[in-house]
Amino acid sequence: MRGALSGALERAGGPATGSILIRGARLFDPRAGLDRAGDLLVREGEIAEVGGARQLEAPPEAEVVEAEGLTVLPGFVDPHVHLRTPGREDEEDLESGTRAAAAGGYCAVLAMPNTDPVVDSAPVLGSLRERARDEARVSTGFLAAVTRGQGGEQLTEMAELADAGAFAFTDDGLPVARSGVLRQALQYQRLAGRVLALHEEDPSLSGAGVMHEGEVAAVLGVAGIPSVSESTTIARDAAIAGFEGGRIHVQHVSARESVVAIERARAEGVAITAEVTPHHLCLTEDSVRTLDSSFKMNPPLRSAEDRSALVDALRSGTIDCVATDHAPHAREEKEQPFEVAPMGVTGLETAFAALHTRLVLPGVLDLATLVERMTCGGEPFGLEPPTLEPRADADLCLIDLDAEWEVGEAGYESRSANCAFAGQRLTGIVRMTVATGAVAYRERSFAIGAVA
Amino acid sequence: MRKDLIQVDDLARQDIERILERAESFAEVSGREIKKVPTLRGRTIVNLFYESSTRTSSSFELAAKRLSADVVNVKSTGSAVDKGESLKDTVQTLSAYDPAAIVIRSPHAGAAGLVARWSAAAVINAGDGKHEHPTQALLDVYTLRRRLGALEGVRIWIVGDVLHSRVARSGIQAFARMGCEVTVCGPPTLIPRGVEALGCNVSWSLDGIGEADVIYALRMQNERMTGSFVPSLREYAARYQIDGRRLRPNQLLMHPGPVNRGVELAGEVVDSPQALIVQQVESGVVVRMAVLYELLAGGGPAREASRFTQEDPTRVEPQPA
Repeated sequence: MRGALSGALERAGGPATGSILIRGARLFDPRAGLDRAGDLLVREGEIAEVGGARQLEAPPEAEVVEAEGLTVLPGFVDPHVHLRTPGREDEEDLESGTRAAAAGGYCAVLAMPNTDPVVDSAPVLGSLRERARDEARVSTGFLAAVTRGQGGEQLTEMAELADAGAFAFTDDGLPVARSGVLRQALQYQRLAGRVLALHEEDPSLSGAGVMHEGEVAAVLGVAGIPSVSESTTIARDAAIAGFEGGRIHVQHVSARESVVAIERARAEGVAITAEVTPHHLCLTEDSVRTLDSSFKMNPPLRSAEDRSALVDALRSGTIDCVATDHAPHAREEKEQPFEVAPMGVTGLETAFAALHTRLVLPGVLDLATLVERMTCGGEPFGLEPPTLEPRADADLCLIDLDAEWEVGEAGYESRSANCAFAGQRLTGIVRMTVATGAVAYRERSFAIGAVA
Repeated sequence: MRKDLIQVDDLARQDIERILERAESFAEVSGREIKKVPTLRGRTIVNLFYESSTRTSSSFELAAKRLSADVVNVKSTGSAVDKGESLKDTVQTLSAYDPAAIVIRSPHAGAAGLVARWSAAAVINAGDGKHEHPTQALLDVYTLRRRLGALEGVRIWIVGDVLHSRVARSGIQAFARMGCEVTVCGPPTLIPRGVEALGCNVSWSLDGIGEADVIYALRMQNERMTGSFVPSLREYAARYQIDGRRLRPNQLLMHPGPVNRGVELAGEVVDSPQALIVQQVESGVVVRMAVLYELLAGGGPAREASRFTQEDPTRVEPQPA
């Protein structure tokens, strides 16, 4: 990974030294205008050479991957995952979470700080980075909290945290509810120089809500979270950011009204970016009718109109990138009545396949746009999107775009199984992921042979 | 009929009618000196109540006993639930007794559905959060049909706190399925956005209530009377209380109980002959007998109990001397 903040990323294994020759694949990198059959040679962490199909020679000791019928894409970057470390390593740890990421074609992830303890001091951040150097299969960055203990009151030592390698700041899971605190964080941003990533929600509007406030909530008798809880907070935060000349990133946009708020802010020149999750792009409140806690997350799945507004916004670029909000939870916690179960679903292993199946195959979104939106997740934070061009870092994945699979049938790489797409048949399987030149994931059935 | 009764939507109109007819035949038994029939002899029914309840739990217990079933009552206080046992573990523990049915009341929507997934027993939802209370809806339909004969085209106004009412949610659907025209009425803070999806009209005031054949008042729960749902009890009562002035002589009055006299209903209408409130309670036992019969011995899927289906359920077994 390259970019201003690439030095804050951690990965186990040190610099990659070997070579991998991917032979006879479709090489697809829309940003570079590349779409043709060809060979791709990875050497010492970089893309060494791109050539015509079966034209590149395998260097001695190289792994040769016969990739007929497969597509090479630049690796995906997820700006929003919960790796549950420290504190809930029973749900996920750095190794399992980054293994799940690699299995989904991701070569880099950014982890949220709402752990136990919260990542709100340089020592906690330092120990996490150290652990990632031992355990992370793909490049991993860590965000730090905006307020101490995510209490919403007192700012963290943002300047020191930035020096210690905090990727950005967020109280994700909770909003920065008080306008005055958010304003101070945006003022202090001039010192710390990192993006503020914001979970947008007005607690007084959300109340005890656990799903989208609408028809389905009315039928189920379950308290709702109205769309305006999100959109009014985005409007507020954008106004303050504009006033302070700050830079904000809106996390997991879920509502049509929010898209409008982002468009308005951008039109007024506010430095604002936004992300959307695969579950909000593929599913609606309709899934909640069964009160299955696999469909409980915050923000909630909203109406069909919201979903289609999100898809349009992703296509037009109003929403910059896809983020999974991968949120593992222990089985016993999710196996409770809907209102009691914790919010959050896993998503790293299904993100591409779900979006490919639900949006690309029906012709709602083209593959090029999807690849662009899934590879640019680090851009708002200072990471360049991976590319297949020679001399770029070798961050890529190899996908069978035609293969079907059933989610969960073969288990999950994640330690948790609370996947919103569980049981669905999806099209598109990641066969292999390469992160900074090293193989981070290989699908079990995918045979490779080393050629001397 | 499915294995369980979780929500009104599980019932087709003909299922409801079959249950009502069965309830009629049990009503005849209730008039006898010995009110027991042997239908469910030797079978176990667990009443699992995670919320305090007097009329629903006693009515289910009585219904099961009149069908000669063995009844186990489990309440959340003083049980393993108090010690932090999860719903799943409690259900698995109780399932070890091989119950024919589990009747569950829970403060959480969807709890009955989960139990149905975890247990081979027939599961009856006796109220799950603010979601549904299907046996209440069945006994309301039964009570009203007994009084009116037919329900097609009957106009029912459900008045009060619809937002927090499982009785309303089940009632709207059951009445609508039987051909009634349902309107919900209450302050906008207590009517959920999108409630029309259940198949009802919405009114914010009692102005049009003269058109109603039946007024179904909901209980205004104490905890909703404060806070911002209604500015004051006084204002609520002034706008939405059904009193002698608002209840017309040709209208019937229903209420799921317990009544807050002076809040949703004025004392004079509770005691009027137009009120069906006592009949609703009476209907509870026979309707729940009918539901148990239907799921355990009647038209449900072929369960091991099917040998009972040929018997006359109302046949009274000779009592040992």
